Formats: sequence, structure tokens, C-alpha cells
Amino acid sequence: MNELLDPLLLSRWQFGLTTIYHFLFVPLTIGMALTIAIFQTAWVRTGKTHYLQLTHFFGKIFLINFAMGVVTGIVQEFQFGMNWSDYSRFVGDVFGAPLAFEGLLAFFLEATFIGLWIFGWDKLPEKLHLATIWVVATASILSAYFIIAANAFMQNPVAFTINEEKGRAELTSIWELLTNPVALAAFPHTIFACFMVSAGLIITVAAWHLSRNQHLETMRPALKFGLWAMVISGALTTLAGDQLSLAMVASQPMKMAAAEAMYDTSTGAEASFSIFTLGTPDGVHELFSIRIPYLLSFLSTHTLNGTVEGINNLQEQYQTLYGPGDYTPIIWVTYWSFRWMIGLGILHIFVAMVGLWLTRKGRMPTNKWVWKAAIWSFPLSLGAMIVGWVFTEMGRQPWLVFGLLQTADGVSPGVTGLEVLISLTLFTLVYGSLAVVEFRLIKKAVLHGPAVPAESNEETGKPLVHTTVY
Amino acid sequence: MDLGVLWFGIIAFFFIGYFVLDGFDFGVGMSMPFVSKDDTDRRVVINTIGPVWDLNETWLIVAGASLFAAFPEWYATLFSGFYLPLLIILLALILRGVSFEYRHQRPELAWKRRFDRMIVWGSAVPAFLWGVAFANIVRGVSLDSGHDYTGTVFDLLNPYALLGGFATLLLFFTHGAYFLALKSEGSIRMRSRALATRAGVLTIVVAWVFLAWTVLEFGSLPSLLLAVAAALTLVAAFVANLRGREGLAFGLMASTIALAVLTLFTALFPDVMPASNDPANSLTIANASSSPYTLQVMSWTALIALPLILLYQGWTYWVFRKRVTRAHIDGGADPGVERTVEVAH
Ligand code: HDD
Ligand code: HEM
Ligand code: HEM
Repeated sequence: MNELLDPLLLSRWQFGLTTIYHFLFVPLTIGMALTIAIFQTAWVRTGKTHYLQLTHFFGKIFLINFAMGVVTGIVQEFQFGMNWSDYSRFVGDVFGAPLAFEGLLAFFLEATFIGLWIFGWDKLPEKLHLATIWVVATASILSAYFIIAANAFMQNPVAFTINEEKGRAELTSIWELLTNPVALAAFPHTIFACFMVSAGLIITVAAWHLSRNQHLETMRPALKFGLWAMVISGALTTLAGDQLSLAMVASQPMKMAAAEAMYDTSTGAEASFSIFTLGTPDGVHELFSIRIPYLLSFLSTHTLNGTVEGINNLQEQYQTLYGPGDYTPIIWVTYWSFRWMIGLGILHIFVAMVGLWLTRKGRMPTNKWVWKAAIWSFPLSLGAMIVGWVFTEMGRQPWLVFGLLQTADGVSPGVTGLEVLISLTLFTLVYGSLAVVEFRLIKKAVLHGPAVPAESNEETGKPLVHTTVY
Repeated sequence: MDLGVLWFGIIAFFFIGYFVLDGFDFGVGMSMPFVSKDDTDRRVVINTIGPVWDLNETWLIVAGASLFAAFPEWYATLFSGFYLPLLIILLALILRGVSFEYRHQRPELAWKRRFDRMIVWGSAVPAFLWGVAFANIVRGVSLDSGHDYTGTVFDLLNPYALLGGFATLLLFFTHGAYFLALKSEGSIRMRSRALATRAGVLTIVVAWVFLAWTVLEFGSLPSLLLAVAAALTLVAAFVANLRGREGLAFGLMASTIALAVLTLFTALFPDVMPASNDPANSLTIANASSSPYTLQVMSWTALIALPLILLYQGWTYWVFRKRVTRAHIDGGADPGVERTVEVAH
């Protein structure tokens, strides 16, 4: 019973679940806004109808998704104060600024221009209307930057001093905060990963229709576009991930050790990267594994003979530094989430490269397994994204702000376990039912396929622009 | 000038923006059942706020984030203290927000009706609870020396706060009806005007009592002046509506809401969250604000961003300045309107 009503545990579950949920929609918003902007630009420049059809078709999916991103985002903004009030008191002076920038400089733009895009088809001149979706795309990327900079402070606190009297961290340089090395590395990694997710959606949708031999004139170019987008953004995600590993090792060596479930400090070939391990469930004893020598050393230090610190060492160091306690995250979570992120990502780049080869010079694959693999692109690339964040956030435990504030000290002292239980239950119910509705609506829109423009303008021959009305 | 005071003013400005703007789309949501006879009517109603509800709601996000950045203690105390009411507001905003997008995704009437109900309740509940929350902030709540709220959720439901809830509910309701009269044509326009007249009387009574109570118990001379101004513009809006001056009525009602919010913030000053049990525990501008450096950074950002924000939001309202008619929805009976094809229903 006590366990059930522990505000800390419940708040952690609630934050984790609601944030993961928010992030099911955000990558699509970021990736699709850019994709749609590209399709619409292609239409404006070439006048080819199928680009307009693609703009509308993916636009509709985008909007169904966007609504969820917005409403779940408000919850995120409120939760810091509601469930983590001591954390908010401690970091607000530093952490609040990027959050406020996000609102002032990005969300306002996004929310205003999305309205102009949806309702402005026949109210704005063609080029100006096109510009609105570019503004949305830019603003969504900008908002990601600010939120990642805020998060980076929790991973690698910079640009602050501790004010003992007030018991809080205070900002010393906004520039240093926004150019936190972890933010600079995590931002491109996350954004390119978002493009992988939207490329995954396009591949999934196009493959579904093409494997049924329908909507060929729109779905063939869409598939090509998706495959190229996946390969390019996949390569960039990997490169950025490599940089991010370096930044992470510099700030949180424990996370890398936990990612590899490596208990003892190792050097060179010993610092190997295991692709797969069978062990006891707690990961303490290894039964069987496939290993690539040197890879971990390379990931962590960019040299083959680097030394990578092990969990036991770090645990000792942290105890002398921060006092007694357990400074190890949950190893099986970090180990497997790290592997699934990288594994699923690389799998997708591979699938997309095969796809490009099979569709070269207008060919179409006939093997149904090829199509099946392509159809899984979207859910699996979204999965890679999610486990990546789970790794990042759970690998930081027990710290909320690394080295400064532990998760247990950040929770709201005034909020009871019962209150959090109520909110967690209600969020789960509401989010759960919305997920069902959302999934069905997106599926319906996808299966329906692109619509053919009904009428064209008599003088120019261009299809009449549609107005989407609620 | 003290930057803490400046930011107190900017926070007030964001909440004014939020209540004036989201206020009318709450009102439109609540009025929908009263002014519409069929599905086309309801779509007209929803489309009057279609392009702007999201940007209106964003004022809340910016207000919240600015509170976090400029007054972390206030943000922490308020949001954790008012946990359950805020939870309900969040859930209502979620259901309302998705309903706008979902209701037109399927043609069945039963489907649409379900989301219509969510729009009505999702608008009414926050409209009421925001009043409760702000009245409690002005009135003060019990805080311990660590600035944590020590009362229960029932302490928040005191008579003054409940009156505040009804005041915002009615103000937003009438505000929405004025907006609808301004943005629609024909029968919806007439029904909205009549609805505003009917609701207007009660709104005036409740808002007056609430303003009077606020000034008498918590107020000062400046808040008295603001409250009187709010009370007068409220009546002026009512009269303007009776005379069919829709734009004027809406403008005056927007001023009423702005003045009422200012009254509350003025009554609060220089506290941001008074402790009703022990004044020593009160949160004030001085002890709740961020460091001078952070406030400076925030001030520069706001100085650059705010004019641009007002400019492009004003432009959006201008782009969508035309009235929404049934012809827009039914697809082109109105010869003045270019024929459009709908992608989504
Ligand atoms: C499609 C998604 C995807 C793919 C294919 C990859 N990642 Fe990733 N990764 C993410 C999606 C992601 C993410 C969800 O976007 C994270 C969470 C936080 C962040 O900044 O990005 C992340 C975090 C993250 C972190 C943790 C950063 C921290 O805790 O500070 C590291 C070290 C890497 N990644 C490294 C890699 C490497 C070396 C990859 C490939 C070889 C890789 N990732 C592929
Ligand atoms: C969008 C991707 C993100 C996902 C999927 C995610 C996921 C999670 C998860 C699973 C936890 C629970 C960890 C645990 O308690 O063991 C957590 C905690 C937390 N995260 Fe994130 N997170 C994301 C981004 C962010 C960002 C951008 C911020 C800040 C700006 C943030 C701030 C926090 C905070 C304050 C906690 C609560 C304390 C804690 O339990 O550590 N998260 N997140
Ligand atoms: C835990 C931390 C987070 C908070 C506090 C947060 C806050 C918010 C808020 C308030 C909104 C609604 C904005 C609107 O009404 O237009 C939103 C949407 C959005 N968020 Fe988050 N968010 C979090 C995590 C993230 C992360 C990690 C990213 C990006 C990597 C992100 C990117 C976005 C984007 C692009 C949108 C706008 C598009 C959409 O609504 O789908 N968010 N977020």
C-alpha cells in the first residue's frame, strides 16, 4: 500500500509515461512539417499535380498528429511545477529561460503559422502560403533546440553557480547554457532521428499502397523520396550519435559503462562492444555474448587504445565525491535500450539502401518480404527514437540534474501519493483512449490514399487550391 | 526599474492575453449548443475560431514558461499547490483540443456529437476553474515556511473563489457570444446577439459582485479604479450589443476582461502568492523571482520578441477577418466566395 502511494515512484512513472507519449507525436511533427514543405515547394515550382496530392495527403496525417503533440505538450510544461516543485525551485533560474524562449520564439510562431497554413489556402497568395509551412517547419526545429538545451543542462550542468542562501542554481551565462556541448551534439542527433521517423512513415505508407498496386503515380515518387531521406538522415544520425557518445562520456562516464554493462575498467581490445549478450537477468554475470573488440574504446574516446571506466570504479569515485549511495542506473534498461536504438537505426538504413537498389531505374520489387520489411519502417524507427530517450533519461538516474540534484530530492513535497495516483490513472485512461482513436484515424487517412483534385482553374490549368475546413 | 516588478507586469500581460483570447474561444465552445440548429451551423461556429484557437492557447504556455523562468518559486508553489484543479484543466484542454481536429474526420453524426460535447465541457471547465485559481491566488492560501501549500483541495473551493469561477465562466461565455455575432452571418449572428443579451445581465451582476468583493477585501486605490473601469466597460459592451454594434461590443468586452485581470494583479501586488496563515510565509516579487541576470536575459528576449509576436498574430487575425458563413461550409452557394473543395470533413 505504501509502495503504491509513494509520490516519488508515481511521479516518475507519470513523467516517464507522459513524456514518452508526447514524444510519439513530436518527431512526426518535426519531420513531416519539413517533408510537406518540400512537397508543396515542388508543387509550386513544377505545377505537377501529384506533388499537390502528396502535400494534402501527408498534410492530413500531419494535422491529426499535430493536435496530439500540442495538447500533450501543455502537460509537459505544467508537470515540472506540479510534480517536481523542488526541482523547479532548484533549477528554475537556469532551466526556465530556455523553456520560456521556446514559447516566445518558437511555439507562438508554430501555432500561428499552422493556422495560416491550414485555413489560408485560398486567402493567401500562393508563395506566401508556401512560406507559412516553412515557418512551421523552422519553428518546430527551433523549439526542439531549446528543449534539448534545457535537457542538456540536466545531463551536463554548465553556466551556473550555486546560491547557498537561496538553495538554488543561478544562471551565469545564457550563451554558455545554449552552447552546452551535450546540447550541440544531442540536437543534430535528435533532429536527424526525427527525419528518420518521418521518412519511415513515408516508406511505410508508400510501400503499403505500392505492394497493392494502387496510387502508383503518387506513391512511386513518395517511396523514392522516403528511401533517400532515410539513408541520408540515417547516416547523419549515426555521425551525430558518434559525437554525442563523446560528449556523454565526458560528462557522464557512468552512462557509457552502464550502456555496455561493463563493470571493470577496460582498455583497448578489452573495451569491446557486445552486440548481443545472454546473461543472468540482472546483467551481473555473462553467459554468452558476441563482441566487437575495440569498438567501445572507439565510441568513447575515438582511439583504439582508450580506457573506458567501469561501473565499479565509477561507483567508488562517486561515493567519495558525493557521499554514500548507489550511483548506478538500472543496468538492463541502459544496456538493452542502447542496443535497440543503434540496432534498429542501422537496420533501417540497410533496409532503405536495399530499397533504393531494388527500385533503381523505375523497377518495382516483387518479393512480398521486401514490402513487408518496408512497411515496418515507421513503427520501428519510432521505436528506436523512444528507446534512445529512455536510455538517455534512465541512464542519468539516480540524478535528476547530474551531480547536483537527485531525483528523490526534486519531487514536490506538498503533493500526496493519492493525488499523483489520481493523475497517473486519469492520464493513463485519457491518453490510452486517445491513442486508440488517433491510431484509427491515421490508419483511415493512410488507407484512403491521396485524393484526386476535383477541379482545375480554367485559365491556368492548375488544380484549384483546396481549403481545409474543420 | 526593478526587473522583478517589470516581470510581474509581463506575467500579467501574458495572462491578459490568454484570458482575452482563449476566453472568447472558450465562450464560442460553450455557446455552440445555444446558437446552432444543425451540423452546418456547428461547423460555422467552430470555424470562426478554427485558425486561432491554438495560438490563443499558446499564450498560456508562454505565461507558464515565463512564470517558471522569472518566478521559479511562484511557479513551483502554485503548480504543486493547485495540483488537482490544474490536472482537471489540463485534461479538459486535451479533450477540447483534439476534438477540433477529430470531429471532422468522420461523417457520422454520432461521432461528431461526441466531440461536440467535449468541446462544450472542455471549454466550460477551464473557464470556471481559472477563475477559482486566480481568486485563490489573490485571497491567499496556507503556506509553510518552505512555501509549500499545506491546505487541501477543498480549501480552494471557498465562496470567494467559487464566485470568481462563476465570474470568469460568465465573462468568457458572453465574450464568446459577442465574438460569434461579429464573425458569423444570418441566423447564427442573430442568435448570438440574443444570447449575449440574455447572458449579459447575469454576467454583469456576478462580475460586479466579484469585483466589489475583490476590491473591498483585498484591494487598494489603483485596483479600485481598475475595477470601476472594468465594471463600466462591461455595461458599455452590453449596450453596444443591444444596438447591434458587434465590433464595439467585442472590443469593450475584451477591455473588461483585461481590466479585470489587471484588477486582480494589482490587488495582489507586491505579493505574488500571499500566505493566509502567516504573512511571513508569503511569496513576494522579491523572494520569488529569479536572479537579476536571468531577469535581464529574459527582458531582452521579451523586448525583441513581443513586438514581432503581436505583429504576426495581428496579421493572422486580419487575414481571417471575414465572417464565416454557411455557404463556406456547404460549398459555394455564396457567389462572392470562391468555390472551394474540401479535403477533410
Ligand atoms: C532513430 C533514432 C536513433 C538512431 C538510429 C540512433 N539514435 Fe542515439 N538517440 C536517439 C535516437 C537515435 C534519440 C532518441 O534521439 C536520443 C535521446 C536523447 C538524444 O539526444 O537523442 C539518443 C541518444 C543517444 C545517446 C545518449 C546521449 C546522452 O545520454 O547524453 C548516445 C550516446 C547515442 N544516442 C548514440 C548513438 C549512436 C552511436 C548511434 C548509431 C550508431 C545512434 N545513437 C543511433
Ligand atoms: C522526448 C523525449 C523524452 C523522453 C522519452 C523522456 C523519458 C523520460 C523517462 C522514461 C523518465 C523517467 C526516468 C526514471 O525516473 O527512471 C524521464 C524523467 C524525466 N525527464 Fe525525460 N524524457 C524526454 C525528454 C525530456 C526533456 C526534453 C526534459 C527536460 C527538458 C526531460 C526532463 C525529465 C525530468 C524532469 C524527469 C523526471 C525526473 C526523473 O525521473 O528523472 N525529459 N524522462
Ligand atoms: C519534457 C519536456 C518537454 C516539454 C516541457 C515540452 C513542451 C511542449 C509544449 C508546451 C508543446 C505545445 C506547443 C503548442 O501548443 O504549440 C509542445 C509541443 C512540441 N514539442 Fe514538446 N515538450 C517536451 C519534450 C519535447 C522534446 C524532447 C522535443 C523535441 C525534440 C519537443 C518538441 C516539440 C515540438 C516540435 C512541438 C510542437 C509540435 C507538436 O505540437 O507536435 N518536445 N511541447
